[in-house]
Amino acid sequence: MNASTKSRRYVRPLDIAHGQVDLSHGSGGRAMAQLIGELFLPEFDNPFLREGNDGARLPAVPGRMVMASDAHVVSPLFFPGGDIGCLAVHGTVNDLAVMGAQPHWLSASFILEEGLPLAQLQQIARSMGRAAREAGVAIVTGDTKVVERGKGDGVFIATTGVGFLPEGVEITGDRARPGDRILVSGPLGDHGMAIMAQRESLGFASEIQSDTAALHGLVATLLQSGVDIRVLRDPTRGGLATTLNEIAGQSGVGMMLQESAIPVRPAVAGACEFLGLDPLYVANEGKLVAIVAPEDADRALAVLRAHPLGCEAAIIGLVQADPHQFVQMTTRLGGRRIVDWLSGEQLPRIC
Amino acid sequence: MKYVDEFRDATLAQNLARAIAAEVKPDCEYHFMEFCGGHTHAISRYGVTDLLPPNVHLIHGPGCPVCVLPVGRLDMAIKLALAHEVTLCTYADTLRVPASGGMSLMKARARGADIRMVYSAADALSLAQQQPEKQVVFFAIGFETTTPPTAVVIRQAAALGLPNFSVLCCHVLTPPAMRRILEAPPDALALDGLIGPAHVSTIIGSRPYEFIAEAYRKPVVIAGFEPLDVMQAILMLVRQCREGRAEVENEFTRAVTREGNRKAQHLMDEVFELRDEFEWRGLGTIPHSALKIRARYEQFDAERRFTLAFQPVADHRSCDCGAILRGVKHPRECVLFANVCTPESPMGACMVSSEGACAAHYTYGRFRDMEKPA
Ligand code: SF4
Repeated sequence: MNASTKSRRYVRPLDIAHGQVDLSHGSGGRAMAQLIGELFLPEFDNPFLREGNDGARLPAVPGRMVMASDAHVVSPLFFPGGDIGCLAVHGTVNDLAVMGAQPHWLSASFILEEGLPLAQLQQIARSMGRAAREAGVAIVTGDTKVVERGKGDGVFIATTGVGFLPEGVEITGDRARPGDRILVSGPLGDHGMAIMAQRESLGFASEIQSDTAALHGLVATLLQSGVDIRVLRDPTRGGLATTLNEIAGQSGVGMMLQESAIPVRPAVAGACEFLGLDPLYVANEGKLVAIVAPEDADRALAVLRAHPLGCEAAIIGLVQADPHQFVQMTTRLGGRRIVDWLSGEQLPRIC
Repeated sequence: MKYVDEFRDATLAQNLARAIAAEVKPDCEYHFMEFCGGHTHAISRYGVTDLLPPNVHLIHGPGCPVCVLPVGRLDMAIKLALAHEVTLCTYADTLRVPASGGMSLMKARARGADIRMVYSAADALSLAQQQPEKQVVFFAIGFETTTPPTAVVIRQAAALGLPNFSVLCCHVLTPPAMRRILEAPPDALALDGLIGPAHVSTIIGSRPYEFIAEAYRKPVVIAGFEPLDVMQAILMLVRQCREGRAEVENEFTRAVTREGNRKAQHLMDEVFELRDEFEWRGLGTIPHSALKIRARYEQFDAERRFTLAFQPVADHRSCDCGAILRGVKHPRECVLFANVCTPESPMGACMVSSEGACAAHYTYGRFRDMEKPA
């Protein structure tokens, strides 16, 4: 992979400060090798990647593995609280984490748009590398393609992750039972509104930061506490409403939420109000939904709150028997409504 | 956003609920229509009906701009985009409304039509400035709330002498639609009062509703779009009924006066004039119920520039949108509701717009149909 840069012939180093992605960076030729060697490798460096083969040779592991994949498109590429790079790591790490798995390896594929400044790409790669190190995962293989100007949004990143499932952990979407309690690890809608506030230039909402974060640590403490966890999910695209409807469908149950118990930051609520959106449908990138046995609810809440990523956790409702599998909510006013699947495409693309 | 929360406070809501319960006569049935889709949405979104006594019934009105747009008008917009190859700028709500021949603006877009979603008339105007080589048409729909901004862009286009900008004007007026509703025979629609529009009234004021109290002897209370506004308005309507009054009252005094916004009215008057008649979806053809662009701005009138003619189109046979828009049926009474017709595959406009009665009932309230069958 880095052979060309070590060749004895003089090769002018990549001009990261002023250069831009061009079609040759996806051609499979020397320019691509140089991009990988000088821009990506230093940020992701690990023994598997350093071998420079087409694929990564990984050690055998005992027990079951979990694999998850996530594609990331976001505009703007950089937003308060993060960027597409760390998002691409957290997204896949979280998909593994909510299965109860310990994430280990990632692959990363980049689709770059001609004209993307190399400095921006480096910033993104750096952020990915940092997020991977913090999450204890290695980016072991990847790919790069370049599309013509106008055919991409700067950069798209697809990541696939592999993790190990500890003995005895069974966390799947079909295990919610009537009576179970529903918890969230913190305020909802931060990520989606951080992006939307940027895009719509909402001055008053500029303080909103994306919540993008790796959740496997939070999940691990919950697992260690011995709480009877039925289901875990990260409510990303489509927000809490979509996630709960998915679980209700998988488990064949209904739910009843308390609107007044659902944490939403005032700035997020205000920005949603302004844009005519419902925070329950806005994306999160660092929040956990946990459904736990009723007798363990208070303990689960205490465990979540003791962790930095869960200090604003709350119990927001309960699972109930319902042949129609409706997710319902008692509104702040005291009336009732359905919290339905998102229909149509009211939200611009945000994750 | 403390301001907003004040209008959604649970304690205030409970107090209002108690006041309404104390005010209604137990042996009376009360039927109030909320004219506006904005109210319909708020009522469903906050479950307001759960806080009302069982003998207070809310009827959804026709005040949803997309819902009252006849199919023929959508066809005109689609024709502009496909046959005349203009850049058509439209509010997002219109995109998925079914038009004739299984088409919609969304499907036209998939076939290559240049259709852009805009948040305001001003967005359409700036697009026309950015691409002078292409004709840009703004698909202008809505009641009196969205009309002044359309007037503004037409005036600006005239001042700039923009040759590539025009407007497909489908703006409609609230009072004639209310009159049409009130003309319905009482056995078709029992009506004891109206919750009047919020945003529309900020423009036209409360005076244009006075005929309702005078000629039809029905109380009107103009209300804001927050759920507590609606509850307060219901309380005021119940009081009027109890005291035998029929007056236009204003709950939304923080934004509405009797005279309305004079400046906006003058602006509208300068750019638009009354159409002799206009076909509404569900309400039929109503004289003097819509606006067209005045002759002095005719070069910005897409109907003239592209010589478009309106062709009436019949609705789907089983679709009850018409009856729902007139208030004589509830969404659950449509045979297509929630089986053939859902927000994902809407048969009628009422299932598309978030202000549509069918969409609001489907999205927020359909669990009630399971609890107590209609
Ligand atoms: S359910 Fe669909 S078809 Fe029936 S009235 Fe409503 S929108 Fe029209």
